[in-house]
Formats: sequence, C-alpha cells, structure tokens
Amino acid sequence: MSIANDAQPSADPSVAARPTSGASLSRSVTKPRTYLGMAWYRLRRNKLAMIGLAIMILMIAMALGAGLIAEHITKHTPAEQSLRDKFMGVNENGYLLGSDDLGRDTATRLAYGARVSLGVAGLSVVMALTIGITLGVVSGYFGGWVDTVLMRFVDIMLSIPTLFLLLMVATLWRLTPITLALVIAAVSWVTLSRLVRGEVMAVRSRDYVDAARVVGVGDRRIMFRHILPNITPVIIVWASLTVPGLILTEAALSYLGLGVQPPTASWGNMLTTAQRVWSHSWLMVVLPGFAIYITVFAINLFGNGLRDALDPRLTD
Amino acid sequence: MGRYIIRRLIQVIPLLIGITIITFAIANLVPGSPVSGLEFNPRTRPEDIARIKENLGLNDPVWKRYFVWVGNVAQGDLGISLKNYRPVTTTIMQKLPNTLVLTGVALALAMIIAIPVGVYSAVKRNTWFDNTATAISVAGFSIPTFWFGLMLVLIVAVKFREWGLPSLPAGGAYDLRNGGGFFDRVEHLILPAFTLAVVQMAAWTRFVRSQMLEVLSQDYMRTARSKGLRQQVVIFRHGLRNAILPLVTLLGIAIPDLFAGALIIENVFTYPGIGQLAFNSAINKDYPLIMGITLVAGTLVILGNLIADVVYSVLDPRIRLN
Repeated sequence: MSIANDAQPSADPSVAARPTSGASLSRSVTKPRTYLGMAWYRLRRNKLAMIGLAIMILMIAMALGAGLIAEHITKHTPAEQSLRDKFMGVNENGYLLGSDDLGRDTATRLAYGARVSLGVAGLSVVMALTIGITLGVVSGYFGGWVDTVLMRFVDIMLSIPTLFLLLMVATLWRLTPITLALVIAAVSWVTLSRLVRGEVMAVRSRDYVDAARVVGVGDRRIMFRHILPNITPVIIVWASLTVPGLILTEAALSYLGLGVQPPTASWGNMLTTAQRVWSHSWLMVVLPGFAIYITVFAINLFGNGLRDALDPRLTD
Repeated sequence: MGRYIIRRLIQVIPLLIGITIITFAIANLVPGSPVSGLEFNPRTRPEDIARIKENLGLNDPVWKRYFVWVGNVAQGDLGISLKNYRPVTTTIMQKLPNTLVLTGVALALAMIIAIPVGVYSAVKRNTWFDNTATAISVAGFSIPTFWFGLMLVLIVAVKFREWGLPSLPAGGAYDLRNGGGFFDRVEHLILPAFTLAVVQMAAWTRFVRSQMLEVLSQDYMRTARSKGLRQQVVIFRHGLRNAILPLVTLLGIAIPDLFAGALIIENVFTYPGIGQLAFNSAINKDYPLIMGITLVAGTLVILGNLIADVVYSVLDPRIRLN
C-alpha cells in the first residue's frame, strides 16, 4: 500500500525527492509510534472532536469558496441590493436563506462574513502566537530583569478587561479588518506568554538542555530547537482554545459597530442591522448568530479533543 | 497574616500605576491634539491656538502631562466629558451601581447552578449525567452572549407578548412610568443577568468538576471513606469544602470576564451601566470618559483580585506560609 501511495505523487518531482513530506505524513503513519501519530490516533477516536473538525473544515471551505458560492449557488453578490426584495424568507424568490433590509442575499453575505470573521480570528491568533511565544520563551529562558519587567507588564494587561481596552482603541482609530486583527492580537498574547514562560522554566533545567549547552549550542538554538518543540502541545492547545474567544471578540466589536465596518459583511455586523428590523425578519437575527455559535462550538469541541489527545494529563 | 496582606497590598501599587500608564499611552498615541479641530477654522488666529495650547498645558513634555493627569486621577478627578461637559467621575459613579448589581446577580446565579452540577458531575464521573453536563457546558461556553441576549429578547420579550404569555421587559433597568420599585427592577434584571450568567455558569461548572475530581483522588478522602464514614459526609464535609476553596481565586479572575460580558449585554438590553456608558463614549469619541471607565474597571479588577487573595489566605493557611 505504501508503494502505491508513493507511486502516485512521484509524478511530481519535488514530492518524489522527499517521500516523507507533509502531504504524505498522515498516510505514512500506519502504526502510531510517533508522538503526533499517537495524538492523531487518540483524536480520531474522539467523535465529538471529529464532528468539530468537520464543521471547522466546512466553515473554512465556505469562507474560502465564498466567491464560488456566490457565483454558482446563490447567484448573488454580497453587495447587490434589490429594494423590491427586502426581507425575503427561506428560498423565497431565489434567495436561498432570505434577504436583508436592503434586499441583499443572506446566504452570500454569510459566506463572505465567514471570510472576514474567520480571517480576522486567524490572523490575530497567528500574530498573538508570534508575540506570545517569542516573549514567553525569552522571558522564561533568560529570567532576570527581562522576565520581571515582562511579567509585571502581563499582570497589568490582565488587570484591564480586554474589551474595554479594545473599545478604547476603536474609539480613537478607525479600524480595518487587518488593523482590527492586529489590535485583538495586541491584547491576546499576554496569557500565552505567561503560559510559555512557565513551561520554558520547567524545561530549561532538563538534562538534554544542559547536554546541548555543554556541547556548545548557542542560546537561540537551544531556545527554538531544543526547548520550543517540547512545549508545542501546550501552545497548540492554547491556540485552539483561544480562537473561539477571538471570533467572539471580533463579532462582539463588529456587532457594537466598532469592529468591521459595513458594507463589508461580518457575522457580527450582520446582527447590528438585524436587531433594528427583527419585526420584519427574524431570520436575519437567527442566522448570523447561529453561524458564530456553531463555529465557536465546533472549535471548542475540537480544542477539547486536541487537549486530551496531545496531553492526557491536561484533561480536567 | 498581617504580613501577607501588607505584602499583597504593596504588589497592588505597581499594577495601579501600570494601568494609568497604559491608558494614558493609548490616548496619547492618537494623532492630533484637542486643538486640531481649531486649526481648520479660518477664523481662529494662529496665536490664539498657541495660547490655548499653552493654557491647556499641551506644550509640556509627555511625562509632565502624565503626572498632572495622574495627580488629578489620584484625587478622584477623571476629567470632564467632551460630550456633555459633566465630570467623568460623577457620571461613572451614577452608572456603576447598576453594573455591580447586574454582575453580582449573574455571578450568584452562575454559582448556584455550577457548584451542585459540577460536584455531582465529578462524583458520577462518566455517567450520562456527567456527559450531558459537560456537553451543555461546552455548548453554553460557546454561545455568543450578544446573540443569546437578542434571541431572549426576541422570544421572551417580543414573541411571548404577541402570544399572550407572561413576558419580561426587553430593556432598561426599570419602568420609567412608575419610577422603579424593587420588583420592577428585578423584572428588568432577569434577562440580562441570566444571559450574563450562562457563559459564567458553563465555565464554573467545568472548574468545579475538575477541582472536585482532584479532591476525590486525595489520600484524606480515602482515609475518610475507610474510617467508615457515610458517602454524603465524605463528599460534603471532606470533599466539597476543599474543592470550593480555589473558587475564591477564580472569583478574582472572573471579574474581567464579567465586566466584558456586562459591556456587551448592557448594550443589548439598553441597561444603564458602565458598559453602556463605555459604548456611548466610544461612539461619541469621548475619550476622557472612556479612559475613566477603563481605569475604573481595571482598578475594580485589581481590588477584586486582592480581596480574593486575602480571603483565600484566611481560608487556607497553606497559601500564606508559602
């Protein structure tokens, strides 16, 4: 079987040169011996986590394929208005999931909204990971005044309710989806950096780190090649359990009118108008919120499963 | 004991200074100044702008302006609102009690449900009850609060009335027509408090369950059981008491979440607290007010954590000996 698998991609010379490249990794691990293999094996048996994963993939596909959905399925663009077709119901007059107060197609806007909502959350988690890991590793590895200053700063950031800070920033600047992601990341990295710092401090004194130092490995290499891979599971779990919070934060800010601005559709700002016109169409209230809910729920289920799979000790 | 409290009090000071620095820094990063608007006015002479700048102290270096501001803050003067020219402190103090009532009731509601469910889940681990409770708490944890609030308003306040069922008011803190008696206020509090409680409830249930599971595996539990004590005595007297101790710390940690939740929910239910105030000030670009609210919220979080730690140290001597 492995021969058949290898034979297929060999048409592509770059893959043939590296038989264990990322694409064939999941297939090549038939017996779960490696750490990741075992984790995947445990995760696969967790039905709830797999349902979560399936919904996640579906939502990401919807976000990426928003253009295709608009072109082939709903046959409307997200900005196309038709004041004669306001507040349509399900499958009424060619509107798959109804239309809003300007006669825009809700299904199309939901797909484009997924792009914005998931995009902002994805971008901010990547930025938060970058900042949080770097500062956490440096702080935990070197200790001393760097550590003291950073952890005091983390304490201060944790004292200010995040949403108030975001509200303040949104008051003072007009935010685009990109800057919104940046700002959300700027307040989200703090918990990660503290978590990473603690883990690094625990790993720092292990024998293999001493061994690396004895053979003359530099600080940077020790931090990022010897310590970081050992705390990756904690970071992955943090990310998967933080993304739902980021989605909710973006949605809340956009709902309040301080995040993603119309006419760009986001699940949050679709609810803002829905709130004003619900006597005309309850569908407009139900759908965007349900999209947020189901996505967040799915990621939480997956995150819980991932936590159990990556480190059974972390299970509560 | 006294020494622990003093040490903990000293730790609070840099935090308080820190939140003032961050708040001030964000406000000062904004391009332009309070007189920028005048510069576009053709009838304002440049020397007038210079004079106003000098009078407002805008020519002073940043650190000097910070100390002037922080000196005022320390005396309880948070500045003047740009919108209605009323002192920020008075405005906040007017709305703060409503928010404290809302968050307090929500928290109490969450605890009343979470503690028994969490304990029972842990005791009956991996039974249908436990699995259902876990599923519901993950579901509750994932709900977008504002959407849940909207749905409640739509169903309980709007549709129930249409159907002739007893309905609850959709917004405000009391009925303006009769000035707000006790029951009127309670009626207005039910929906927002319940909405806020749902997310908290989910988080607390999971926490209580994991605490209880940890306690159940302790040696003293086995000892108690092997002495022949009844199951209830073991669970309630030996288990529960130890399991709910750490909740005190979590209380401190939950305060930022509660305020953030209140910020959203007060706007869904037009409930007149500091969350709604914060939103209005954001819309009006009233930054003395939003700075004031952020500072007050931060201070309350720090004080809440302080109280939680002190209470915990009173309840659990192991903490202050470390």
